[in-house]
Amino acid sequence: MKLLTSFKKSFLVSIWFMFLTFPIMVIRVNPIEEIIEWRWWNMLLVGGCSFVLSLLGRYFLEKKELMAKRVADSGVIATTFKKRLFEQRAFAVPILIIISFAAIIFPFIFSTYQTSIMTTALIYVVLGLGLNIVVGLAGLLDLGYVAFYAVGAYSYALLNYHFGMGFWAVLPIGAGLGAVFGLLLGFPVLRLRGDYLAIVTLGFGEIIRLILENWNDFSQGPSGIANISRPSLFGTQLGLEANTVYLYFIMIGFMIFTIFVVNRLQNSRIGRAWIALREDEIACQAMGIDKTRTKLNAFALGATWAGMMGVVFAAKTTFINPASFTFLESAIILSIVVMGGMGSIVGVIVAAFILILLPEYLRAFSDYRMLLFGCIMVVMMVFRPQGIISNVRRTYRYGNNKGQDINHRETEEV
Amino acid sequence: MSLLNVTNLTMDFGGLRALDNINITVHENEIVAIIGPNGAGKTTFFNCITGMYTPTSGDILVNGTGGKTHRINGLKPNKVTEKGLARTFQNIRLFPDMTVLENVMIGKHCRTKASVIGAVFRGSETVQEEYEIVESSYELLRKVGLENSVNNLAKNLAYGEQRRLEIARALATEPVLLLLDEPAAGMNPHETKELDELIVRIRDEENIAILLIEHDMKLVMSLSDKIVVMDYGKQIAQGTPTEIQNNPEVIKAYLGEDFA
Repeated sequence: MKLLTSFKKSFLVSIWFMFLTFPIMVIRVNPIEEIIEWRWWNMLLVGGCSFVLSLLGRYFLEKKELMAKRVADSGVIATTFKKRLFEQRAFAVPILIIISFAAIIFPFIFSTYQTSIMTTALIYVVLGLGLNIVVGLAGLLDLGYVAFYAVGAYSYALLNYHFGMGFWAVLPIGAGLGAVFGLLLGFPVLRLRGDYLAIVTLGFGEIIRLILENWNDFSQGPSGIANISRPSLFGTQLGLEANTVYLYFIMIGFMIFTIFVVNRLQNSRIGRAWIALREDEIACQAMGIDKTRTKLNAFALGATWAGMMGVVFAAKTTFINPASFTFLESAIILSIVVMGGMGSIVGVIVAAFILILLPEYLRAFSDYRMLLFGCIMVVMMVFRPQGIISNVRRTYRYGNNKGQDINHRETEEV
Repeated sequence: MSLLNVTNLTMDFGGLRALDNINITVHENEIVAIIGPNGAGKTTFFNCITGMYTPTSGDILVNGTGGKTHRINGLKPNKVTEKGLARTFQNIRLFPDMTVLENVMIGKHCRTKASVIGAVFRGSETVQEEYEIVESSYELLRKVGLENSVNNLAKNLAYGEQRRLEIARALATEPVLLLLDEPAAGMNPHETKELDELIVRIRDEENIAILLIEHDMKLVMSLSDKIVVMDYGKQIAQGTPTEIQNNPEVIKAYLGEDFA
């Protein structure tokens, strides 16, 4: 009986899809011979595909519900891969060693092109982790995160262009400017939340981009700034190839640094305050947390990372223009956070790699990139709304143990 | 010594006078109950003294932590909490996706001071502070009888347990006065009895005065030292449980003219 209803529903879905795609998939006007081609085969194809996909979707949804029910019934939580990864040291350490080994030899076995792509992915990992503070932990939906990225990139580009300042000198400046802009955005939006906050941050992102595009005297407008110098190693400039490897390792270092800091922050007094703010703003305030300060903290810290990554980005591409900082970038970084799992460090890293590397390696399908992107998002939200790897709350030891003991168990290890 | 001294408190929402000249004093180790029909302004009163609303006129004085008297009208809720007033909510407002222990640890926020820098470098001071937060939070959970669900998510607790967790979280802010907004709402008689014992224990063991809003008359009468009755924003009576039970004004407000 259940099978029959799902067949029936899938059949309706396929009819609906055939109807919807009829104008574009079936009718083709040939203006040269002035005839209309009726491609009925396409319609059958659409119908068949949607029927099968709908059936599959139904099957998996049912299976998922069954699984959830079984877990709830038995009361035993299965030892999943994820659980073992986080909780069993003997399991996590070898994996970490393999990953770090692979990360170290990567640029020496693969081409410069691959290394460069990997560096880009790492930049997005750090951006994702930065935005994760604002969106994942503090629950402030920020759609203009790319603005801080642009601030960092332009601060390096301009300081380098006018004063010849080097990468390492500008890095802290970029970070600082990012934080300042984070506060600048934070102040006016303190009272807003949810959708309203999203709209204002979206506007802020666009304002920064439009300023960069139109203020020619300052930013050289849409033509951008070229010949930005690459980072130097103890004062010596490296060749193009060596520099790609160098940047790769800089980014590896950045990623480790970021994971370290974010991990410590989220399990601290400040991190707990952020999560409390996300969970219930009124209760959070009633429990003695200064809402203003906590929000500004989150905005400033999130923006700091974007600022730093902007500097790295400018140094990597050696050319920047406002087109690199469109809303699409913000959307991708936000997708990384949402897809990875709000507040989950490992999830964000995995999602960043998937979302940045897949399009690179699937260049053959580049025409369908956005279509695939959309499909992945829809499928994700249906099957795993909590993200690839959802955040596990830290468990604490308590009772009569010594102070240092509480540091031993972390939800997410570096 | 009086902990909370509210004089001539008035709150207007536009043309509506939600609170009209309320005068309430809560002394040390006292349990005071506010009762009244729905819409009488009880929760509005709570919101005024905890900083959620800024009252139109009147004074709210607290002899809080540190022994000084503070006027807390218009202070932000987090400042009020720092002065020693902690509250629970009528509709439970926990942090659902945090563990039970973490919920209580949040309460410790205003009594601790680790900064961003401290959190990143995790010096010995921060480690010690974290240790103390965890230990004292666990201790509080033990007091309210939630020691077996320390690492569960707050949203997975039973209703009565959530109420108790809210009380533990409020206690974590180290208040001098605890404000409970309908703590027994939705509880069965057994849970209500446990709550009754818990409230008395908090008063006796922690030396915390309690101001509560409650509709469960049995609980109110057995628990409180003093009862304040409100109706349509006005304070219509004040006194011991026996006085209130025999007050014609109160009977009128609850049961109508015919019974007075």
